[in-house]
Amino acid sequence: MQSLLNVTTVLSVLLLLLVLFSVRRAHIRVEYSVSWLLAAAGMLVLSRARPALEFLTRRWGIPDTPLTLFLIAGSVFLVMFFRFSVIISHLRDDNIALAQRVAILEYHIQSMRNDG
Amino acid sequence: MIRARGPESLLLIVPAWNEEGAIAGVVQSLRRYMPQTPVLVIDDCSSDRTVAIAREAGAEILPLPHHLGLGGCVQAGYKLAYELGFKYVIRIDGDGQHDARDVERIFERLKTSGCEMVIGSRYLNGTGMQERGLRGLGVRFFRMVLRPILGRPVHDPTSGFVGVNRAALDVFSRSFPLDYPEIEALVVLQRRRFRFEEVPCKMRPRVTGRSSITAAKSLYYIAHVLLGVFVNVLKFDHRRRGHFPQKTAAVAQPKGSRER
Repeated sequence: MQSLLNVTTVLSVLLLLLVLFSVRRAHIRVEYSVSWLLAAAGMLVLSRARPALEFLTRRWGIPDTPLTLFLIAGSVFLVMFFRFSVIISHLRDDNIALAQRVAILEYHIQSMRNDG
Repeated sequence: MIRARGPESLLLIVPAWNEEGAIAGVVQSLRRYMPQTPVLVIDDCSSDRTVAIAREAGAEILPLPHHLGLGGCVQAGYKLAYELGFKYVIRIDGDGQHDARDVERIFERLKTSGCEMVIGSRYLNGTGMQERGLRGLGVRFFRMVLRPILGRPVHDPTSGFVGVNRAALDVFSRSFPLDYPEIEALVVLQRRRFRFEEVPCKMRPRVTGRSSITAAKSLYYIAHVLLGVFVNVLKFDHRRRGHFPQKTAAVAQPKGSRER
């Protein structure tokens, strides 16, 4: 159990660092890094607070403490994937609408030029 | 520049993506059989000479800045046609499968029937090419699925040879399925209680290139379109409650609506 928590701690720290470096290099926009940072920080706290994890395990009636950790991690990342799917869908819609608008405006501009 | 002339202005739109082998024939045949009607080729960011060849053949070009896929490409044409004030638009595929001589028949039916959409059907009266194998099975499957949704049979739900009037243009310029649009577009129209008719049309094998829906993609296509149909059926809220909106009210959507 303790080694699992240690691995989770290391992974959380790595994720935090990766996200921070990515934000610094402008690979991820700040608003999209917040979810990742919160998730990584949450996992870090849980992995270092074993009594809290055991309390949740008892409270939720889960048979095994590591299972609680995986359940929380899985849920958090599922929610994040869903959130990013929503964002991507909106961006795709906006992107298509913009591309169509650009094409139509270019067509109008070209037509005006041709008409003199 | 394309201009809508007269009360029955018609625009022919041809979505095309890397169709340099077929596009000249398509545009020239349209110019031959519909000489007074403007032809707009919507180029979905082709990497070949589609644009230059279509222009040489006498078409106006609407070049998209990047590849959008068939639905986005067709919708761009609908948007421009709507903005330019056209009353009717007929879509013809850029691969040379449709016969330009059938355009007149679709146009006449659009004008005389008052329907919002007229579909050029390759299966009506046993005309034209018949699909076999997986594609034929797919067509039969979607006929079966659409029958109860549309409340009437549709013989060729996957036809890309489609004419619409301005009411449908108004809807489609704001809400149009993006990836495999033909079947979902029928359900979108049904949600507005719009009507459609089919006219028999000939269909030839592709002149060049290959269909984007390969055998391997057929299953994905079926799943994707079924989901799209299902989502559109879920939007039948007014219909389920038994109070139908008026057509004009039904097409009015808030500005910036994301519905597609």
